[in-house]
Formats: sequence, C-alpha cells, structure tokens
Amino acid sequence: MKEKLATPNYNVNIRGRNRSGSIWRLVFQASTILGIIALAALLLNVMNSAFGYVALEARVHPDTLAVDGIALEDQNKEQLITVLQAKISSGAYNKLEKDQPFAKRSTANIRQVILERVLKYDVKQSWSLWESITRAAEIKREAAEKYPGAILKFNSWLSSDFVARPQSSVALSTGVRTAILGSLWTILFTLLLAFPLGVGAAIYLEEYAADNRLNRMIQTNINNLAGVPSIVYGILGLAIFVRALEPLTSGSVFGVVDPTTANGRTVLAAGLTLGLLVLPIIIINAQEAIRAVPQSLRQASYGIGATKWQTVWSHVLPNALPGILTGTILAISRAIGETAPLVVVGASTAISFDPSSPFSKFTTLPIQIYQWTSRPQDEFRSLAAAAILVLLIILLSLNASAVLLRNRFSRRY
Amino acid sequence: MEDQKKMSLVSSFPKRTSRLRGRRRVGETIIQGLLFFSGFVSIFTTLGIVYELGKEALLFFRMPEVSILESLTNTVWQPHTGNFGIWPLVTATLMTTVIAMLIAIPLGLAVAIYLSEYATLKARSILKPVLEVLAGVPTIVYGYFALMFMTPLLRSIFGRDVVEIYNTASAGLVMGILILPLITSMTEDALSAVPRSLREAAYGMGGTRFEVALQIVLPAALSGIAAAIIIGLSRAIGETMIVAVAAGAGPNFTLNPFRGAETITGHIVRISGGDLSYDSIDYNSIFVLGLLLFFITLTLNVISQRIVRRFREVYE
Repeated sequence: MKEKLATPNYNVNIRGRNRSGSIWRLVFQASTILGIIALAALLLNVMNSAFGYVALEARVHPDTLAVDGIALEDQNKEQLITVLQAKISSGAYNKLEKDQPFAKRSTANIRQVILERVLKYDVKQSWSLWESITRAAEIKREAAEKYPGAILKFNSWLSSDFVARPQSSVALSTGVRTAILGSLWTILFTLLLAFPLGVGAAIYLEEYAADNRLNRMIQTNINNLAGVPSIVYGILGLAIFVRALEPLTSGSVFGVVDPTTANGRTVLAAGLTLGLLVLPIIIINAQEAIRAVPQSLRQASYGIGATKWQTVWSHVLPNALPGILTGTILAISRAIGETAPLVVVGASTAISFDPSSPFSKFTTLPIQIYQWTSRPQDEFRSLAAAAILVLLIILLSLNASAVLLRNRFSRRY
Repeated sequence: MEDQKKMSLVSSFPKRTSRLRGRRRVGETIIQGLLFFSGFVSIFTTLGIVYELGKEALLFFRMPEVSILESLTNTVWQPHTGNFGIWPLVTATLMTTVIAMLIAIPLGLAVAIYLSEYATLKARSILKPVLEVLAGVPTIVYGYFALMFMTPLLRSIFGRDVVEIYNTASAGLVMGILILPLITSMTEDALSAVPRSLREAAYGMGGTRFEVALQIVLPAALSGIAAAIIIGLSRAIGETMIVAVAAGAGPNFTLNPFRGAETITGHIVRISGGDLSYDSIDYNSIFVLGLLLFFITLTLNVISQRIVRRFREVYE
C-alpha cells in the first residue's frame, strides 16, 4: 500500500473510467434482472403446465347416456341412478350401495360415480396454457381430427376438488389430500422433536453454558450440522429410525401395528428424521432471538431475587418468543419442502388412504410432486405443476405469517 | 436493648440468605441437566452419522466382491455385476457442481455488488425479498423446472440429437439458480459489513463507483465472499432432487454435459426409491456414498469457517 502511495499512478482518463463504470453498472443490473427472470420463468413454467386444454375421450360417449333427450348434466337423481344401474354390473352397484346408500347420496356424488365408473375419461392429449391461449383455434381443429370422439375442454388441474380428493392412479380423479395430510402428520412429529430440543439447546448455549471446550464443541458441531446435505439425514433416519428403532416406529412396542405397514417406514420415522434435519436451524435461530434480549432485563430479574430458571422462564423466553417462533416457522417451511431424505426413509409410492396414526405409511406433497414429475405422460406433469402450486401457496402463507409475526411483536430496546 | 433489637433484626436476614444460598435447588438442577441434554443431542446426531454410516460402509468394504483399490480405479459402477468404480458418480457430481458454480459465482457476486453498492433503498427493499423467495422454493420445484423448462430450452438451442432428455447441463444450470440467492445474500452481508468510511475515503480520492466497489470494498470483504462460495460449493455437491429429476438415471462415465449421468446423491435416491432390503450390496453402498458426501461437505464447511475466522478484517 505504502509503495503505491509513494508512486502514484493516476489514471486521468476520466471519461474512459466513467464509461467502464457505467458498463459494469449495466452488467450488475443485468445480472440482477436475470435472477428475477429466472424466478419469473420458474413460476410461469409451473403455471403454464397447471392449466390448459385437454382432449378427453370417454369409454362411453356421454350423449348415449341421455334419457328421453335429457342430457346427463340436466338429469335428476332418479334418472342418474337408473343410468348407473344400466351401465355397471349389479355386483358393483351393490358394493357402491353398501359403501353408502344411493338414497342418501347427493346428486353431485352420483354424477361423480358415473364419471369414474361409466364414462371413464381418458386424457388423450393435453396442451399448455400458453398454447391454449395463442393457438386455441388450431388446437380445436387438431383435436377434432385426431380424436373424433373426444371432448376438448379447458382444464384447470388445480382445483378445490384436486386438493380434497385422495390419491388415485387415474390422472383426472386424483388429488393431493393424502399427501397434504401426510405432510401435516410428518411435520407434527418434526415439531414435537425439534422444537423443545432446539429451544432447550439454545437456552443452554446462551444462558447456562460456560465458555469451555465442551460447549464450544457443541456450538461448532451445530453449525456444521446445519451444512450437512439433507440426504445424509435420510440415510441416518433409515439406519436409526426405520431399522434400529423399528419396534418403536412401526408401533409394535405399543401393540398397534398398522396392518398395512410391515416395517418402520412410517409417519413417525419420517417426522423424526426431519426433526433431526431442522434441529440445527431451530437452535441457531433461537440463539439469535435469545441473544437479542437485553442483559438489563436479566439483571433486573436477578436483582429482585429470581433464580436463573425463573429469570429465563419469565423474562428471557417471553421476550425471545417472537424470534423463536419466526425461526421455527422458517424451519417448518424447510421441512415441508424436503424430498430427498423422505425418499430414502421410504415414503410410499402409491397410497390412496389417509394416514391415520403415527404408524401409518406416508407420502408427502414433495414426494407426490417427485413421483408425478418422474412419469413420462403429460397429464402427470400437469398434476405435478398443480401440486407445486399447492405447495408454494402453503409455503408462501407460512413465510408471510413469519414476517407478520416478526413485524407485530418485534421490540426495540 | 437497642443493640439487641438491632442484632435480632440483622440476624434474621443474613440467616435466611445464607440458607437460600446453601439450599440445593433440585428443580433448577434437573432443568439445567435437561437443557444440557438438549444441547448434547446435536453431538449424538453427529456421532450417529459417523457411527451408523461408518459401520455399514465397513460392511460394504468387507464384502468379498469389493475392494477399495478397485473402486478407485474402476470406471464402472454396477453393484450387481461386481463393478464398484466410484468415478462415474464422482464425475457426474463434479460436472453438475462446476456448471452450477459457473452460473452462481459470477451472477451471485454481480447481484450482491449491485444490491450493496448501486441499488437505491427502494430497489433493495423489493429485490431482497425476491431473492428470499427464490431461496425458499423447495428443490423439487427446481427439479421440475430443470426437466420441463431448461432441458427443452437446451434441446431447442443445441439440437435434439445433441442433448439427451436427461442431461447434467440442465441440472447444473438450474442448480446454479438455486445457489445464486445463497451466495448473493452471504456476499451482500460481507459487503455491507465493510465500513462506510473506507468507501468515502476512496470517493474522496476521486474513485468512480465501480472502482471503489472493485478495488476497495471487494478486497475488504474477500474472506466473507470466499466463505460464501465454499458454502455454495458444499450445497451444490449435496443437492439431490434437481439431479434426481433431471440429470438422468444410471451411472455414466462421461464428461459430456449433454448426456445423462447419475451423481452421488442422485444414485442414493434412485437406489433407495424402491423397497431396499437390508444388508444387500445396494443398501450398504448408499452408506458408503453418504459417508463420502458427509466428509466432503464437512470439510468444505470447516474450511469456510476457518477462512472467516482467520482472514476477517475487523474494523473499528
């Protein structure tokens, strides 16, 4: 530095310097815009697949189901039941009657049954949203030529039915309810493990731990764990929760083995694995929140004779709580989006029933997206896009609540 | 009399306080023990990873058909035919990582410099949340994006017969976008930590904004930037879902980014996707690969922490 100062090397070409400055400024700006474009492309790409025209071909053409010239959509309940009776075997009809008597079913429900059992729509081809908007006429012509018996309609793969229906192998009648419930069950156990342990560890490190080797080791270790790839946690979960603790995670210790699960690949095992995964995140965030509580509050508490735990419980924790909760919400949104560790732990590929206990088989929203994305047919890619939208909406509302929490309760000392 | 009264008053206080001090508070001790235990769970986790992964990995290398030397020289990974060459998985991991870093480092640094040195307060308050959103999107969504957007894009640019449906290039490019916000936010923190006085001094000497950013601020924040890049590298190596969806299924020893190849993480996901039977070669092999990943990322994280600690410039 000193030598440079001693022999100054002035560049007096101010115009040149300014020009290169503004060129670089453009480069930096362009990079930022590129980043935004990437985000926009990602979202638009998902939207593009989630909506669009589909050509549907029915096993039985709906027009043939008209009774006395009344189309299927306008028939009343009795007429619909007659149509159903005529088109499916009496055994199948009796089974449906046994599930829920037809007299008690709603008209919409019966129409749905006819849709699934009689019409059995099959997706012949699907078009993206962009294609559907820009070349609607062409698509209509193409569909009429290639699939003469098919119906062309604009389909939104994301719908309230999609969210409410259980998983099924038929693209048109599948949904994400099973996966959403699986995610919720998993997150419940993740929280039960990670929240108390994480907050406890943070309190220990910030309030109790002396500055000695052991405690420094714990701190370094937590920082390192936060950087371990999630798939490694999956392998750890497979070895410990699924295999070594199988009696516990399959429920056989409690004598409540779910008949459908033969091993420890359960909601509980998945939740605990994700719990270990988010534990370092919760600890680090909680530590920051606790550190932000001013020392004077603690001293005031000690001054009136409170013990250490009384001080922590009544003064430090209430003041750190918004920060701790914000960190926990962020950790949850990380856990909800995790896929890789759950694949390794053994998420189920196809289950159509809702998880009902900690020992149920499970699938989660990201796992569902992964499976649909891996299938070559376009309609499943569209389903994946719709499921992504559901996932993003969930994550967005979680993050928004974290921001609200932070703004609502943040205090300044 | 007066003295006695005083004595009794005084004695009643110290006695109680001394008893207070002497009393063993069982509740407090138990709580402290519980809190210590919570802190110690993280140590158990690390020990668990090393022990469980190490145990199964040893079992793998004890198998008669496996030898360490062979797995380091063989270029075929096919557990069922007795080929355990780790190179196809390593080259694929390297390729996706290198492509990702080629995108993420220059873009990440540029965005960080823009945010910290150029952007107005208003622009920053819009751009930072956008980056946070980008960072919060689950990786499976990026995987979908790679397969449904990046691959068709590459195929339309370079030709359908050059670019395979599954290829490491599109996985790597999208991984770069994934890591971008990570590198940006860490770099931006490092740049913002450089004191204003340094910039003012440089402006006072007649430096342009770009010169100040490049010659004054960037060098001062170098340790933080290096740490950010290494963390990004570690994240790229451990990234799973993008490569599992878009990079291809099946180990392939190739350096062509337009061909399909399976990374270490992609292989683990594919192998464990089916019902994996315990103590099979496949089962043990994922523990070897997991251990390898764990040590690579651990080393990178430790290096990054060291850099921050040793080379950080501290300003008053």
